[in-house]
Amino acid sequence: MGAAPRRARAATTLLNVSYDPTRELYRAINPAFIAAWKAKTGGEITINQSHGGSGAQSRAVLEGLQADVVTLALAADIDALAKRGLIAANWQTRLPDNASPYTSTIVFLVRAGNPKGVHDWADLLKPDVGVITPNPKTSGGARWNFLAAVAWAQRQPGANEATVEDYLRRLLHQVPVLDTGARGATNSFVQRELGDALLAWENEAWLARQEFGGGAFEIVYPSVSVLAEPPVSVVDSVAGKKGTRDTATAYLEFLYTKPAQEIIAKAFYRPRDAAVARQYAERYPALPMATIEDFGGWDRAQAKYFSDGGLFDRLFTPGK
Amino acid sequence: MTLPSRRSALPGFSLTLGITVVWLSLIVLLPLTLLALRPWTLGFAGVWHSVTEPRVLAALRLSFGTAALAAAVNMPLGLLVAWVMVRYRFPLRNLADSLIDMPLALPTAVAGIALTALFAPRGWIGALLLPLGIRVAYSPLGIFVALVFVGLPFMVRTLEPVIMEMPKEAEEAAATLGATRRQTLLRVVLPALTPALLAGFGAAFGRGIGEYGSVIFIAGNMPMVSEIAPLLILIRLEQLNYAGAAALALVMLLASFAVLLSLNVLRARMRSRT
Repeated sequence: MGAAPRRARAATTLLNVSYDPTRELYRAINPAFIAAWKAKTGGEITINQSHGGSGAQSRAVLEGLQADVVTLALAADIDALAKRGLIAANWQTRLPDNASPYTSTIVFLVRAGNPKGVHDWADLLKPDVGVITPNPKTSGGARWNFLAAVAWAQRQPGANEATVEDYLRRLLHQVPVLDTGARGATNSFVQRELGDALLAWENEAWLARQEFGGGAFEIVYPSVSVLAEPPVSVVDSVAGKKGTRDTATAYLEFLYTKPAQEIIAKAFYRPRDAAVARQYAERYPALPMATIEDFGGWDRAQAKYFSDGGLFDRLFTPGK
Repeated sequence: MTLPSRRSALPGFSLTLGITVVWLSLIVLLPLTLLALRPWTLGFAGVWHSVTEPRVLAALRLSFGTAALAAAVNMPLGLLVAWVMVRYRFPLRNLADSLIDMPLALPTAVAGIALTALFAPRGWIGALLLPLGIRVAYSPLGIFVALVFVGLPFMVRTLEPVIMEMPKEAEEAAATLGATRRQTLLRVVLPALTPALLAGFGAAFGRGIGEYGSVIFIAGNMPMVSEIAPLLILIRLEQLNYAGAAALALVMLLASFAVLLSLNVLRARMRSRT
C-alpha cells in the first residue's frame, strides 16, 4: 500500500458487489475510505456499489460483472467464485477474522409489547404465531435463520436428528409466506403487517426499528443464535486485469480500521475491533452463538440443508 | 400461409419470406434451440428426475392451472369489455380505453406490489374478505387474481378488431327473422367470436404461465402450495444448477407450445367450417 506513488493519477474506479442489507453501511464507508485514500496517496477514486440477493450477486460476478471486490452474506457465495477460479482458493485467510470485518447474528423482530409472548425459538411454535422468514434457497439471510433454528434445536435436552427435523418442520408450518430475499421478508412483516415474529439479521432488525420509530417493534434475543460472518474478498481475476489490486486490497483493509469499525457499529453490524465493541456493548448483547464450523463448514451445511433434495426440500415434500 | 398460385400483385415474395425466416430463426429459434440443448448434461434420467420431483410437478400444476383458469375467466370479462368499447360511445371512453392497456404498460413488479397491498390481510379488500374466511394474498387465489389482471388486455385487444368487423346487420337480421336476444347472442354473435376468444385465451394463458413479477409478491411462494414454476427456475439458477433450470424451462416451453398449437389448430378448423 505504502508503495503507491504520491501523485495525482487518473481516477481509479472500484466496483463493490454486495448483498441487500449493506446499502446503508457502504454508503457511509465509501466516502470515509475515499478521503483516507486521498490523504494517504493523493489518488482520486470512485466507488460504485451494487446490491442484491447474495446468491444472485455471486452469480452475476461469475457471469462477468466486473467486481473489484465482493462483500457478500456468506462464505459459500465467495467459495462459488473461488471454485471457478475467479478468486484465489485461500481468500478467507488473506484478511483477519475469516475475512469478515464485521459480524451479525439472527434475532426476532416482534410487534410492540410482544403481544404473542415470543421470547425464544420454542415460542415460535405457539399455534397463533406467524413466523416470517425468506426462502433459504434464494436468500443468504434465510440460511442463517435456518441454521440458527437448527443450532437451538440441537441444544435441547435429548436432541437428535429426528427432533431437529421435527422442530424445523413445525417451524416452517408457522410460515405464511416465503419471500425471496431478506428485504422482502422485512417488508412483508413491517408494511403488510404479516406474522408476529420476523427472523432477521440483527442489523436489519435495528434498521427496521429505526426507520419506523422505536415504538412499533421490539428486538428479541433468543437463547441461542448463530454468528453470521459476512465475508469480503478482492476478485483476483478482475482486479488483476484492471490493475486495481492495491486499491481494492486497501479498501478491504480499511474496513478493519478504527474509523471504519465505528461506522460499522453505527450501521448496526457487530464490530470486530475490541475497543469499538466495548463501546457499543449495550447495543449488541452477548449471547451463545453457533458458528458455521459447528455445522462442518459451508460446503457440508449447504449439501445437508439447502441443496436440491436437502433437508429444506424434504421438509416440504410429503411422505418422505 | 398459402403460397401464391399466380404472380401476386405485390412484388418481393421471396425476399420477404427470406427475411421472415431469418428473423424468426434469430429471434425465436436460436435462443429456444440453446435452451433445448442445455439440460442434457444431466443425462436423460437426470432430466427426467429433475422435472418429475413432487415439488416441480406441484409448481407446474399451479402455474398451468392458475393461468388456464385466469384466461378462462378473462373470456367472458374481456368479451364484455371489448363489446362495450366497440359498440357504445360513452363519456370518458378514451380514458377507459387507455386504462385497459395499463396492465401491459405497468412494470409487473409494481402491479404485484399494488395487488398485494390491496389483498393482504390488512389491505382494503383483503381486510373485507378475511372475516369471510377468504385469503387472497399469499395463496393460489392471489396468483389467480394477478393473472386475471395481467391477462385482461390480451383478451380485449384480441377481440376488439373482430367485433369491429362484425356487421351489426347480422344481429338485426336475426332479430327481424324472429330470433330472441338470447338466440341472437348464442347462435349469431358467439360463434363468430369463438376463434378470437380462443386466440385471446391463448395469449392470456401464455402470458400467465410465464408471469413472474406481478405474481411473486402476492403468491406466498410456499413449496407445494403457492410456488410457481418460474420461481423454481430462479431457485435452481441461484443454486448454479443451470442444467436443472433449463430442464424445467424446457418442460414449460413444450407444454405451452402444445397448448398454443392445439388452440391454433382448433381455430383453423373452426374457420374452415364457416
